[in-house]
Amino acid sequence: MSEHAFSNKVHIDFILILLIFSLCLFGLVILYSASGQNIDLVYSQAVKLLIALLCMILVAQIPPANLNRLSFLLYFSGVILLVFVIFFGDIGKGAQRWLDLKILRFQPSELMKIAVPILLSSYLSERFLPPKFIRIILSCIFIVIPVILIAKQPDLGTALLVAVAGFSVIFIAGISWRFLLYMAIIFSSCIPIFWHFMRDYQKQRVLTFLDPESDPLGAGYHIIQSKIAIGSGGFTGKGWLNGTQSHLEFLPERSTDFIFAVLCEEFGMLGVILLLLIYLLIIIRGLYISYKAQDAFRQLLAAGITLTFFVYIIVNMGMVAGQLPVVGVPLPLVSFGGTSIVTLMIGFGILMSIHTHKRFLKR
Amino acid sequence: MSFFPKDRVEFILKDRDKESSIIKKRIYIAAFIIIVLFIGLISRLFFLAVIQNEHYTTLSKTNRQKILPIAPIRGMIYSREGIILAENKPMYSLQVIPEKITDVDQLIIDLREIIHIDDKDIERFKFLSNKKRRFERISIKENLNEIEVALFSVNRHRFSSVDVVESFFRHYPLGKSLAHSIGYVARIDEDDLNSISKSGLNSNYIATTHIGKVGIEKSYESYLHGKVGYQKVEVNAEGRVIRVLEKTNPQPGKNLYLSIDLSLQDIAIKSLGDRKGAIVAMDPRNGDVLALVSSPSYDPNEFSSGIDTSIYKLLLSSENKPLVNRALQGKYPPGSTIKPFLGLIALDNEVVALQEEVWCPGWFSLEGHEHRYRDWKKEGHGHTNLNKAIVESCDVFFYQLAYQLGIDQIHKSLSTFGFGASSGVDITGEKSGLLPSREWKKKKNKGAWFPGETLIIGIGQGYSLTTPVQLAAATSVIANKGKLYKPKLVSGISSQGEQGVIVLPNNIQSKIELKNSAYWEEITNSMRSVVHSTSGTAWKSGLNAEYTFAGKTGTAQIIGIDQESEYKEEEIPDDLKDHALFIAFAPVEQPEIAVAIIVENGGGGSKTAAPIARKMFDNYFLNKSISKNE
Repeated sequence: MSEHAFSNKVHIDFILILLIFSLCLFGLVILYSASGQNIDLVYSQAVKLLIALLCMILVAQIPPANLNRLSFLLYFSGVILLVFVIFFGDIGKGAQRWLDLKILRFQPSELMKIAVPILLSSYLSERFLPPKFIRIILSCIFIVIPVILIAKQPDLGTALLVAVAGFSVIFIAGISWRFLLYMAIIFSSCIPIFWHFMRDYQKQRVLTFLDPESDPLGAGYHIIQSKIAIGSGGFTGKGWLNGTQSHLEFLPERSTDFIFAVLCEEFGMLGVILLLLIYLLIIIRGLYISYKAQDAFRQLLAAGITLTFFVYIIVNMGMVAGQLPVVGVPLPLVSFGGTSIVTLMIGFGILMSIHTHKRFLKR
Repeated sequence: MSFFPKDRVEFILKDRDKESSIIKKRIYIAAFIIIVLFIGLISRLFFLAVIQNEHYTTLSKTNRQKILPIAPIRGMIYSREGIILAENKPMYSLQVIPEKITDVDQLIIDLREIIHIDDKDIERFKFLSNKKRRFERISIKENLNEIEVALFSVNRHRFSSVDVVESFFRHYPLGKSLAHSIGYVARIDEDDLNSISKSGLNSNYIATTHIGKVGIEKSYESYLHGKVGYQKVEVNAEGRVIRVLEKTNPQPGKNLYLSIDLSLQDIAIKSLGDRKGAIVAMDPRNGDVLALVSSPSYDPNEFSSGIDTSIYKLLLSSENKPLVNRALQGKYPPGSTIKPFLGLIALDNEVVALQEEVWCPGWFSLEGHEHRYRDWKKEGHGHTNLNKAIVESCDVFFYQLAYQLGIDQIHKSLSTFGFGASSGVDITGEKSGLLPSREWKKKKNKGAWFPGETLIIGIGQGYSLTTPVQLAAATSVIANKGKLYKPKLVSGISSQGEQGVIVLPNNIQSKIELKNSAYWEEITNSMRSVVHSTSGTAWKSGLNAEYTFAGKTGTAQIIGIDQESEYKEEEIPDDLKDHALFIAFAPVEQPEIAVAIIVENGGGGSKTAAPIARKMFDNYFLNKSISKNE
């Protein structure tokens, strides 16, 4: 009991933080091998993780009610920044501006991964659940605006994750199955329209996914090589630092988006199961926090964040295993770099905040 | 926060328990989906890693094969006579794959023991290694000489991450003289990468290091570049290539043939000397550009071999602006060279009749205004008709004429000669000049149009600005009696290993139909008298010519002179002196060449610009008669 009280005082969920720690450590071990034993790279990743952990603890101190109140402001400033990026991106061509642009390009779209589920949780929890038709439509509009802006940048991976973050909140809010079916039908009939608006290289990626051999120097090469890495790893793997695929440079982007292939090659199915177990435990903890949360806002938000985290994992692994097209989604907390680390940790901070700020209900 | 305040009552009545059970049900469903997907993923991985393990293990063990891209060889550029203007020369460079290096600084120290490497090379290498993907090769030193190559080969065993790679660099044998036509290639930078990926050419440029930056090298990039090739190679455990298994050869870029006449180009450059200015010569029969000079020029080889930043800064900041292509981008007042065009327009609009005379006392005033618009000839030209006004370049006649035409008609008609719009020449970066109009002035918030402004447009001053290439194209229109061509430098394209040159078609932009086609002859005759009659402004340049030619001088003022004071050339600093202009074509009977010449701060057009045209024509027709006699 006393332990519980302490946890609530410092607003840290010890089970979750333990899982995150072990994930980070495991990630650094894989990264050391994937980076070609580049210890500088591992240090820099460790520093990033520590900063992100700090952010997580800070965010955990904010009571959920405050997030609820700030939801609209957060969302709208994010959208304005996104518009600004598009406007600014057109002028920004020189290398100097490119750096400015780089910072801005990542920040607002990353912010939306958090701001969208907060806004929708807040908006939908105002009224009776399940939500009424008009509310669902408005929620969809709230999602689509930032998604289009981000896809225009173009950053397909982030756009996908923002969409997932929003729709998982709607799903948890208890939208009817019939409505889901309609949405699926509308979405699939829109595919030709999306295709029309896609950039050439995006179309190329999809085509390559359907026929990897068609682009042996581009994305097709990635998939061919990562499949060999996974397949040759076997049950026990080739051993740490002994992966031939990664160390003979057959596997591109092995410290970033394709790091999962390195894990498969060197640690085999055992390593995969260990990693998936840690991920699964984090997800279960997240869903448990949602299950136990005291009001609808907290429940929706906790579930939305957890489901987004899950989609990160499934999209990255599916891509490496050749099941999904190559989109730029990192393996959460394992892939090198990326502003996504901070966003993910902020998400966990919110989960902790939800679990440790108790509200005393008047009956 | 509330979206629909009227629902507030409902909010108070919210049934928390029912709501919570809905959410909880959904969480169970989500958990179920998550577990199903995880199981699916694990079975997929299990399938690959355990069931197909043998297959992939064999693949991995025999995975000594790598696919390496091969850059295509860039197309060559030739003159019409087949002389090489841009070629590819072999070069050896030291390349590194960043991912293989454990300690960059140590590697540099070790390499420096055997080969001299500049600090600048190191800087560039570090910059690139941050930009490129870690498994892509980056050169740490380029242009190795033979001794350096040998030195490295002996020590190669010490550097497992470094290779000597042969590549090609672009060389321009004629250097400065064609820099403004051909342009140059330089290393692909951030902007280029963006535009390459926007046009979906990533794969095609994967092995390419240089790209056309300006001139023909840029505008014909898609022809010159070619198509990337691949080779499948076998590598050893260190990743070094042992043998080539399979090869798809790259397709070399297409070769280009220019319409430039090198001897004419040469004489044009020499006659301009070290003065600033531009010359464009065209064939009025088809729009082929025969010479294109912008002075001063620069050496394009500096760029293709990786220009030193200090030299580049010097070129950029130089007062004479050698990097600016004056022939396409220089905007000059046309001065009196506009007069033949206005004369034609006036005849065609029946504003003036051929023999109609105007009294020129040396100045012109609008009714009710004090201001005197002066003629260049203080004492005046006396009774002047259109012919005399062109031959002697009478300003007063054209003040009157412009006033009668009015700005709207002038704008409409001059634009049919291509003034105020890009000529459409096949080099990028062209400026459109300026053909003023009422709308333009309003848009620029410069206020309403004054009649006085129309007057000075009559003598090619005021707001009007033209580029040399525009002026040459417009002169060709008079020479060929109405056809406005898009000037074209590239006349033919050939493929490597294939016979024959594909000749590019001429582009006629528009055709001017006059009410009476005899007006063309009238204006041409007046222009002939400019050089061949004793009263003509360029009579000295026409003396003893073995052919007849037609021309018009022009002098573009760049400073205003007070009503009372006089323009004294010797008292004015060099950079504020008038620009000298001359347009001409020859032979009058069947024009084969038209030129536009601008000498910045050259003073009068008759003195500095017209003699250049004479030299060019002499050279052109002399060469022709020689080749005929052979």
